[in-house]
Amino acid sequence: MKILVMIKQVPDTATQVKIGPDGKAIDTAGITWIVSPYDEYALEEGLRIKEKRGQGEVVAVALGPDRVKEALRSCLAMGADRAIHLNDPAWERADTLMTARALAAAIKQEAPALALFGRQAIDDDMGAVGAAVAELLGWPCASWIMEESVDEAGKAIRVGRQVEGGLELFDLPLPAVVSAQKGLNEPRYPTLKGIMGAKKKEIKDVKAADLGLTAEAPALSVIKLETLPPRPPGRIIQGEAADAAKELVRALREDAKAI
Amino acid sequence: MAGSFWCLVEDDRQGNPKKVMAEVLGEAGRLASQAGGQAEAVWLTDKATEAGIKQLGEWGAKRVLLLENPAFAPYRGEVWAPVLAELCLKESPQAFFGAVTARQREAMARLAARLGAGLSADSTALALEDGTLVATRPVYAGKLLSKMTWAKMPWLATLRPNVFKPADSQQGAVAPVEKPAVTLPAAVMSLVERREDSSTGLPELAEAEIIVSGGRGLKGPENFAILESLAKAIGAAVGASRAAVDAGWRPHRFQIGQTGRTVSPKLYLGFGISGAIQHLAGMRTSKVICAINKDPEAPIFKIADYGIVGDLFEVAPLLEQEFKKLLEK
Repeated sequence: MKILVMIKQVPDTATQVKIGPDGKAIDTAGITWIVSPYDEYALEEGLRIKEKRGQGEVVAVALGPDRVKEALRSCLAMGADRAIHLNDPAWERADTLMTARALAAAIKQEAPALALFGRQAIDDDMGAVGAAVAELLGWPCASWIMEESVDEAGKAIRVGRQVEGGLELFDLPLPAVVSAQKGLNEPRYPTLKGIMGAKKKEIKDVKAADLGLTAEAPALSVIKLETLPPRPPGRIIQGEAADAAKELVRALREDAKAI
Repeated sequence: MAGSFWCLVEDDRQGNPKKVMAEVLGEAGRLASQAGGQAEAVWLTDKATEAGIKQLGEWGAKRVLLLENPAFAPYRGEVWAPVLAELCLKESPQAFFGAVTARQREAMARLAARLGAGLSADSTALALEDGTLVATRPVYAGKLLSKMTWAKMPWLATLRPNVFKPADSQQGAVAPVEKPAVTLPAAVMSLVERREDSSTGLPELAEAEIIVSGGRGLKGPENFAILESLAKAIGAAVGASRAAVDAGWRPHRFQIGQTGRTVSPKLYLGFGISGAIQHLAGMRTSKVICAINKDPEAPIFKIADYGIVGDLFEVAPLLEQEFKKLLEK
């Protein structure tokens, strides 16, 4: 069973982000990059499916500039068999739709049984690429899954998708798209052997033309990035606990009108 | 129809629109009146109620496009997206808004791909600038705001719950109901079962107006009982920080933060939460933030409107007493 796992390289949460000179993108100088955490759950699940079945192939796929190779390399170190890097200036300003079209084309070429995504990337938090890819491929899609099992024949997957107030269990015929929610698993750390082995694994560069795609205008584009408006300064309520509690409740009712 | 600001109805699965629709319809109505158009509701459901339809009218929908069919429940993307796309192609709405809920975030993403249109997901502000819609979205763990615009119509967006001003209910306003004919795609996914979360008797995090949340400072899972008791007294939901969830004190569905839920209540009370960036990402747009923490240097005090530097085990029960006194008045 072939499994494709789509990953995105994003700035580490703790990294300071600064707005770049054009005002539309961040300044990438000095940023620490990581694989988006939800994508690690997706990769871990892909590896588990393969291990459970005792056979198969897990392929990590990412779109982005040269630096993204590092993220793919860490996926290979975790255990992915090979990687595909969609790396072309045509995708420099890729929005959700352009990204989804590129990934859908790559998935179509590879024809896996399962396409795994993280529920969202933690840079732009759009959370739309997985479902968009499913739509472009005409595949079923289950977002935010907390559990899954693939049937023995490798023809269907049962997933538990997180919804308000509960979990919905669905059967999806394969091929299908699913997106991983936290709680699905605990991603492994790469072993030293994995890290060494990753250096020998293939990362294939794919250009837009290889997928029959050309540069296109984004459907949604950034006008500008802004820093947050400062929150009004807060008030520390002093005094004994009992007085402070009383004053806080009064302030919430009378000043803030929050209760 | 140009000038139509559509709103996809989120319902309670019993035929009634959820409260978040007052916010979505309220925002659509405000923008539509500036654009010389009107807000309209699009409802895919297995069963709508009369009361539910009436409610949509009172929240400002000038027309309800009602698609009632057993195929629409449970939500399945492969059924919903083609139907929504067919409606869009027939009627060319100017905008189509949804709420950030489990099904709508996926349905709108599929619709956008099908139409080749842009989608601003999890928007926290919308405005018309020179006749074009501009959306504001928090990005990079809420550290920056991104202003975005669309290359073409329909402008697709999902709206973060509890952020937009709800419509004032117009008693007696009636929206005409239309039942457009559509091609119904075959369902591919099949529902096996729906497991309800064990009921805590408290509101759902995403919908709660007040959230009481606990972190590492609670010292152990048993101490969440203190927060639950406070939450019951004020009708709040109980959330947790990543530290508390990773320690196994609370199930993951209660986690607030970047790898958990994004919430935006009217009042957020954080107990023993330091306020790491990844936590702030999930609650920064709350209207009023209170922090109770022993450590005066805890970063959460930097964004809190009110803070008490103190022992939460002492302060929480006192707050509960005070809230009870207030609410009994």
